[in-house]
Amino acid sequence: MAVGLPENIFLTRLDAAASWARSNSLWPMPFATACCGIELMATAASRHDISRFGAEVMRFSPRQCDLLIVAGRVVMKMLPVLQRIWLQMPEPKWCMSMGACACTGGVFDTYAVVQGVDRFIPVDVYVPGCPPRPEQLLAALIEMQAKIMRTGTFTGREFAERTTPTGPPRFDIDEVRRFREAMPVEGLQTYMPPIVDPEATKHMSNYPVDIPK
Amino acid sequence: MLELAALHERFSREITESTFRDNRRVIVPEDKLYPVLEFLLRERGFDMLVELTAVDYLEYPKATDRYGVVYGLINTTSGERVFVKTFVNPPEPELPSVYPLWRSADWLEREVWDMFGIRFVGHPDLRRILMPDEFTAFPLRKDYPLKGRGERHNFPVITRAES
Repeated sequence: MAVGLPENIFLTRLDAAASWARSNSLWPMPFATACCGIELMATAASRHDISRFGAEVMRFSPRQCDLLIVAGRVVMKMLPVLQRIWLQMPEPKWCMSMGACACTGGVFDTYAVVQGVDRFIPVDVYVPGCPPRPEQLLAALIEMQAKIMRTGTFTGREFAERTTPTGPPRFDIDEVRRFREAMPVEGLQTYMPPIVDPEATKHMSNYPVDIPK
Repeated sequence: MLELAALHERFSREITESTFRDNRRVIVPEDKLYPVLEFLLRERGFDMLVELTAVDYLEYPKATDRYGVVYGLINTTSGERVFVKTFVNPPEPELPSVYPLWRSADWLEREVWDMFGIRFVGHPDLRRILMPDEFTAFPLRKDYPLKGRGERHNFPVITRAES
């Protein structure tokens, strides 16, 4: 005996229902350290209105959030804080890296700035731009929702499969090239040539730069 | 008005001065630094230390010393300003702390220690102020590479499966 479905009832998978609910009710944790944070605020404000996509409830406690938005450069003193915040967030959780600095370090290629947060925490969606416009962030949020709908499961088992780091290895080929550049080059003309009189400067230590192998 | 002759008479003929526009610099040898600064505070009324910074002269042509340390002083009554400069050298650059004279020297000396590794003897709490405590290098020294020696990569990597 075939029984038709009554009105207002439909059948689906539990995974799809959970992903649908989760993706349309993301609670972002704004980790705003720089100018990207201003664009993030603009995205949440009335003109761009991130609440149209159900992600307007910004909480400043990681325990109440499921979407970490890293907006701005992260220095090496701040990275342990970021990792701790990420670990404090309850499952299921996602991470969005907003702007050139959070994704790659941007123009801040210096000793103190982490060259992309994806080297040390998992990242789901990257938002390019310096800083990204609010429209870009909204597009990334829609992409985030699509990703949750596409891959999400009720038990979060898709997370357990991601056992490799999201970012490049610790010392990638680019980093090796940078180390080579940092080494003094014989015969290279600089804008201010080094001192040639060893007698006048023999008390100044000019020990060579040692580079980790 | 601070005259060089008064400093010569009281301390040493080694003290020199130079001016750039209305900017007076008094160059003091390292061992006379603390007495000169104390004299400027107690008898000439330079009651505010506004700046304390350092310069690394490595690879400068004609430089004879490695580090220059600059103290910027203001007399808040007359508005007079003076910069006192001294030089220190490796391997252990050290200067007396001026924290007993001006309280503002506290964080300024910590910053110079953090960035240049110049130790201020007598400072009550000479710790790093900008870099993390476990950092070992002094990044504003000219022989330290701009991109560091890999400290920025020295963190545990958290993958999605284990977080």
